Amino acid sequence: MDFDFSAAQYELRDETRRFLAKECSTDHVREVIDDPSGWSRDLWKQIADLGWLALPFPEEYGGLGQGFLDLVLLLEELGAALAPVPFLSSVVLGGFPILRHGTDEQKARWLPEIASGDRVAAAVLPAFEHDVDTLSFSADGGRLTGERSHVLDAPAADVILVAAHDGDVDRWFVVEEGFEVRPQQSFDRTRTLGAVSLDGVPAEPLEIPIAHRFRFFVVAVCAEMVGVAQRILEFTVQYTKEREQFGRPIGGFQAVKHKCAEMAVELEAARSATLYAAWATETDAEDADAAVSIAKSSCGDWLGHLAGEALQIHGGIGYTWEDEMHLYLRRMKSLEALCGDAPYHRERLGRLIDL
Amino acid sequence: MDLAFSDAELAFRDEVRAWIADNLPDGWGRPGFREPQTFEEKLEFAKGWERKLAAAGWAGISWPKEYGGRGATLMEQVVFHQEMARARAPMISVNFVGINLAGPTIMAHGSEDQKQRYLPKILTLEELWCQGFSEPNAGSDLAGLQTRAELRGNTFVVNGQKVWTSYAHAADWCLLLCRTDPDAPKHKGLSYLLVDMHSPGIEPRPLKQITGEAEFNEVFFTDVEVPREQLLGGLNQGWTYANTTLANERGPAFLAHQIRFRNRLEDVIAMAKRVERDGVPLSKHPAFRDRLAKAYADLEVMRVIGYRTVTSILRHGRPGVEGSIAKLYWSEMVRRMELLALQMEGEAGILDGDDAIDDGKWQRGFLSSFAQTIAAGTSEIQKNIISERVLGMPRGERWAPKERVS
Repeated sequence: MDFDFSAAQYELRDETRRFLAKECSTDHVREVIDDPSGWSRDLWKQIADLGWLALPFPEEYGGLGQGFLDLVLLLEELGAALAPVPFLSSVVLGGFPILRHGTDEQKARWLPEIASGDRVAAAVLPAFEHDVDTLSFSADGGRLTGERSHVLDAPAADVILVAAHDGDVDRWFVVEEGFEVRPQQSFDRTRTLGAVSLDGVPAEPLEIPIAHRFRFFVVAVCAEMVGVAQRILEFTVQYTKEREQFGRPIGGFQAVKHKCAEMAVELEAARSATLYAAWATETDAEDADAAVSIAKSSCGDWLGHLAGEALQIHGGIGYTWEDEMHLYLRRMKSLEALCGDAPYHRERLGRLIDL
Repeated sequence: MDLAFSDAELAFRDEVRAWIADNLPDGWGRPGFREPQTFEEKLEFAKGWERKLAAAGWAGISWPKEYGGRGATLMEQVVFHQEMARARAPMISVNFVGINLAGPTIMAHGSEDQKQRYLPKILTLEELWCQGFSEPNAGSDLAGLQTRAELRGNTFVVNGQKVWTSYAHAADWCLLLCRTDPDAPKHKGLSYLLVDMHSPGIEPRPLKQITGEAEFNEVFFTDVEVPREQLLGGLNQGWTYANTTLANERGPAFLAHQIRFRNRLEDVIAMAKRVERDGVPLSKHPAFRDRLAKAYADLEVMRVIGYRTVTSILRHGRPGVEGSIAKLYWSEMVRRMELLALQMEGEAGILDGDDAIDDGKWQRGFLSSFAQTIAAGTSEIQKNIISERVLGMPRGERWAPKERVS
């Protein structure tokens, strides 16, 4: 039994962390928030040059051929840095459907450009959570019509994937032009959102129908949450060692220490659940669906709570716009709501275990 | 990352599985099996089962071969405990202290004579051990214990009181932590004595718990004489050694705990499907359904935390700092699960005994779940440990530090 990352994987994580500390500082994140485009093309270009966008794709399609677990590590770090780039959308939501559902010809057509960062992809998921019974679109003779609000990173997208009903099956469609995006205000200021409308737009169906409910995406979201939580815990504990009241660091008070200890437990539990879900998803384990819902409900409850406790520990400082705490809280709460919150995934788990 | 068992581990699993199937106590787990009721019955039952395990070489599975153990690998130990739990076999109880606490402490710090004298009889359960640690005024603050052992010539004279001592009145020996130097700082005046429980001046009194059962004892020591050669290791070195004992308190059995809890949750879910409210089974009742699914998820996460702990031991030879995190996690989880079970009974939960659902099993379970968050370091102590040793936060408020104990 060996249930942890390898030394090489930890090395990758450390390199990633060092790079982001330098190139994706809080100052940079704040500049991007104030920029009308809402995302960082500079950072995108840099991480594309480093090959991060190519990580999970096969070499024949311009990728690096690494596993999903390497991607999980990368996502943790991108989350921890609040990286204002459409990585989750383009690589996971755009790349994985093409990789898993496309023909060789379709993969050859789109993956190299996603892997190089030359084109940014975004994806339209079902209207309700990640339930395929609630798809917003139906294909009609290879054309799509309809609208979907709050599509992740749609304002940055050059190509859009749409999950849609296609007769008796559900399928991914690729839309390259003719889609309209109305930018929307995002609760998480470090990520863009848009309403996507399609009016009889031609779309190319991916060969293999949708079978699993976006497992890779849900686990990717969990991985980001773990990364965000890890960073929150680090800087919150650091703050308790520096902030003094009653003539001593507040980190010496049990009321504060015990909150931090609980946060450490929440993080360890959520991280364990996420790693297992990532492993189960990659190996297509028998309990992969359950593992994914366990991970998302665990991350949702525990890490959502962790972020709130962190702000509480920061006190009045944490309530200011100037402090970075709220940026992390906003990202965490958005991720908590994305692709199914905790009650949704517990209900799904209940069905999976025949409750 | 790799979660698969090796071929050798799988073969070992089959061996364990077959042995358990052939050797479970007659009728165990089948309807109509009469569980032992009185303390004496429980004791005899446990001794019978654990001697059977010992004779087959399972009792000392974690012990090195040089001391008569099986010298099993960590994964073999994990497999063994998992199979025991899976078969819902009786838990190891009477010999737990001997095998997991007294034995390893004697191996680590005892003289050659002491090892020869005590270890073989622990392994065969010829002699039963109890652990003399906690006192009425030394629970979380264990190092503040006051049971005094005064050296007069070549004899220690012991006076004091211990509490929460399992099997004290049935035990032959006690691993006793006591104060040998009242003038030294509190961590530096403690020693370990191996005390014959048949000595004059020892009086165990059963301690009735909130469940109404009496598994534990208070033990009073009045001028109990212990020969000097029954000192374990060096004089006043007890606190250092106690850490050896405590480190052994939770071995690789935690992955098996997870399976025991899982057996329990299966029973809770079965009740949820059987018991109705508003004409709907509780498993379909939204509020309970959500909590049941959460209990299931939480338990699965405990399994993965266990994998991570095992990995840490395999890679680094010791559990990582996550030991306290894991304990806090699962003990609080058990509290939630037992609370859920009791609340599922609704108003019928005010019953107890034969008329209650499942003969009061859930009432007992709810009450005894508090032991999980109190024993082996309360949740509050775990939080201190996590914040100080894992997160590096300042050591806490210390009210008028009492360094000397008289």
